[in-house]
Amino acid sequence: MNTLIISPSPHIHGGDSISKNMYGVLIALIPAFICAVIFFGLGAILVTLTSVVACLIFEYLIQKFLLKQTPTIWDGSAIITGVLLAFNVPSNLPLWIIVVGALVAIGIGKMSYGGLGCNVFNPALVGRVFLLISFPVQMTTWQLPEAFALLPDANTGATPLALLKEAFTSGRPVSELAINYKDLFLGNNAGSLGEISVLAMLLGFAYMLIRKIISWHIPIAIFATIFVFGGILHLIDPTHYITPVFHLMTGGVMLGAIFMATDYVTSPMSHKGMIIFGIGIGVLTVVIRIFGAYPEGMSFAILIMNAFVPLINRYFKPQRF
Amino acid sequence: MLATFKIGGVHPPENKLSAKEGIKVLPVPEQVIIPLSQHIGAPATPVVGKGETVKIGQLIAKAEGFVSANVHSSVSGKVVAVDNYIDASGFSKPSITIQVEGKEWEEDIIISSRLECNITYTKDEILKMIADAGIVGMGGATFPTKVKLSPPPGSKAEVLIINGVECEPYLTSDHRVMLEKAEEVIVGVQILMKVLGVNQAIIGIENNKKDAIEKLQAITEKKIGIIVMPLKVKYPQGGEKQLIKAAVGKSVPSGGLPIAVGAVVQNVGTALAVYEAVMKKKPLIERVVTITGKSVKNPGNYLCRIGTPISKLIEAAGGMPDDATKVIGGGPMMGRAMTNIEAPITKGTSGILIMSGKEGIRNEIKTCIRCSKCVSACPMGLEPYLLRTLSENGMLEECEKEKIMDCIECGSCSYTCPACLPLLDYIRLGKGKTGAMIRSRKK
Repeated sequence: MNTLIISPSPHIHGGDSISKNMYGVLIALIPAFICAVIFFGLGAILVTLTSVVACLIFEYLIQKFLLKQTPTIWDGSAIITGVLLAFNVPSNLPLWIIVVGALVAIGIGKMSYGGLGCNVFNPALVGRVFLLISFPVQMTTWQLPEAFALLPDANTGATPLALLKEAFTSGRPVSELAINYKDLFLGNNAGSLGEISVLAMLLGFAYMLIRKIISWHIPIAIFATIFVFGGILHLIDPTHYITPVFHLMTGGVMLGAIFMATDYVTSPMSHKGMIIFGIGIGVLTVVIRIFGAYPEGMSFAILIMNAFVPLINRYFKPQRF
Repeated sequence: MLATFKIGGVHPPENKLSAKEGIKVLPVPEQVIIPLSQHIGAPATPVVGKGETVKIGQLIAKAEGFVSANVHSSVSGKVVAVDNYIDASGFSKPSITIQVEGKEWEEDIIISSRLECNITYTKDEILKMIADAGIVGMGGATFPTKVKLSPPPGSKAEVLIINGVECEPYLTSDHRVMLEKAEEVIVGVQILMKVLGVNQAIIGIENNKKDAIEKLQAITEKKIGIIVMPLKVKYPQGGEKQLIKAAVGKSVPSGGLPIAVGAVVQNVGTALAVYEAVMKKKPLIERVVTITGKSVKNPGNYLCRIGTPISKLIEAAGGMPDDATKVIGGGPMMGRAMTNIEAPITKGTSGILIMSGKEGIRNEIKTCIRCSKCVSACPMGLEPYLLRTLSENGMLEECEKEKIMDCIECGSCSYTCPACLPLLDYIRLGKGKTGAMIRSRKK
């Protein structure tokens, strides 16, 4: 007979693993990637591929030579950072810029804190905001969508949010903006390559909920807050403030709420805390969009709320028995 | 919708391999080892010496103090040792070893299996019979039943809850008892109701045991005050606080006992033991034990004499599988890995689970990614990830503040953790140290 193993209970494990969750998130991002390829063609593929490869290489090099750890690049987390970074930039971004973004995301956003599980801020957003501030022109030159064209014409244009900002600052009534909700829903508009389609985002959300990769609390809290806050402003002055549905369907709200704010490492632990976190992101996003200098505020809102997570964890405990 | 508890919980695969196997009687072994401490509390004091002959059901050790339980011989024969014996946990514990000779029963015990349902005794008589019979909680916690049935002054029981949940995967002993000893269990419930002076009893059974629910519902149809309540399948519903929440919707306060919300919880196996003690004068000398595991040839449920070496039970089920890596006393979520299969079956042994190959080996530990799945899984609303860090760093004051003492050690956190962190190991360690700190403060 064999020697018996002694260990404390429990003696079985549910079979969940870090990589299962990470690859689950990647599967949930597939619809968005398909949309990006449909509307932006080859550029979307190149930017995403470059970003992922760069993230993997930087993580490997840093783990192996700086931190002297056994590299764990295949746990899926670096791939997610790469994909999300790419999804947050224009599809016509020069590839060397995305490589710089990947270095900042992995090097500063993740590894400088000690790697997976230790970072305070969402690494992909750290990379994205760094690029936005360092390369404002390239980061806001948007490819116009052209469905099913592998190499779309190099036409550039403004995103719906940029049009809104322009109308708002020049004092024209926002109610005159032509909004095509069908295009917003399907993704036929300018924007960061992974954020254009509400439909693709919701498909990914549903998949992650079914697989129990994330819970509903953060995204729903963000959506509800933006809807209510944006709605109140809209009711007060419809000529000045656009409908809340427009806020929900444009920019990075869907991508941010579903895939970035729900990042395990940088979001709160209790359901109560998640809702507070979501409300904070929602309020900040609307405030930045309407009163700030940038047309879009999702990235900043998430990063700011990331900083509050330790505090939220301290004061919003789960419901005790 | 079926009732269940509200916070947390997990759904491990049920693996009730032996659910359809009727209770068989395990042959009496040549020798039994009967530990004097098969309960929570002080060990019993031996009242027989080496060389004495004992009968089946004879008292061999007397309860020592208030929280303790009598121990009886489960066989007839000769005492060959009153000594220390290494039990299943690997520690040496005082035990009485009896060589089996003949099968002589203690005179008072009624051996016939005829159902007796006429309860003529008074409350105090019944309590004394339960104490004399050495009955302890048979779900595994082994708290002396008499103590649980004597609410402290000033508190009054309002409802008796019978635990037929059996939420541990693999285990089926309670299931089979409810099916095959249904009438006896119900008489036991009526006895318990009389002792507590309550008019209402709820038998909580998880909905994966539909046959037992139907059977008990049929019997209790005409019995006033006894309700059979099917519960949604969710681990750890068999935990006392979770079951009370599921059955009557009340929350036992932190650090409090079930009696604080007027509830007393007893296991179905305990109800059967109470029936036998009161109606048959039979002390607790045998119990139903599940022997199971994926590579066990014949998983089954056996009526075993207390003190039978576990190896005999394994033999009866087709022997130790070649690839066995772990033997567990109890279920896979809360059971204890055994160091010694010659150790005896005790009053609290609900099952023996044999794990094979990789099943018995823990997964490789990764880093915490703060996914908060442990927080969602915890049925007590605690934060296992935080308690682990606090415990690891010896921050006991903080552990106490974060309610580490509320942990019921159900293992849902470790079971859920995607990083395979041994969260409960750390929490158990912290709980022990925090408990010691709190006790030393009171002195």
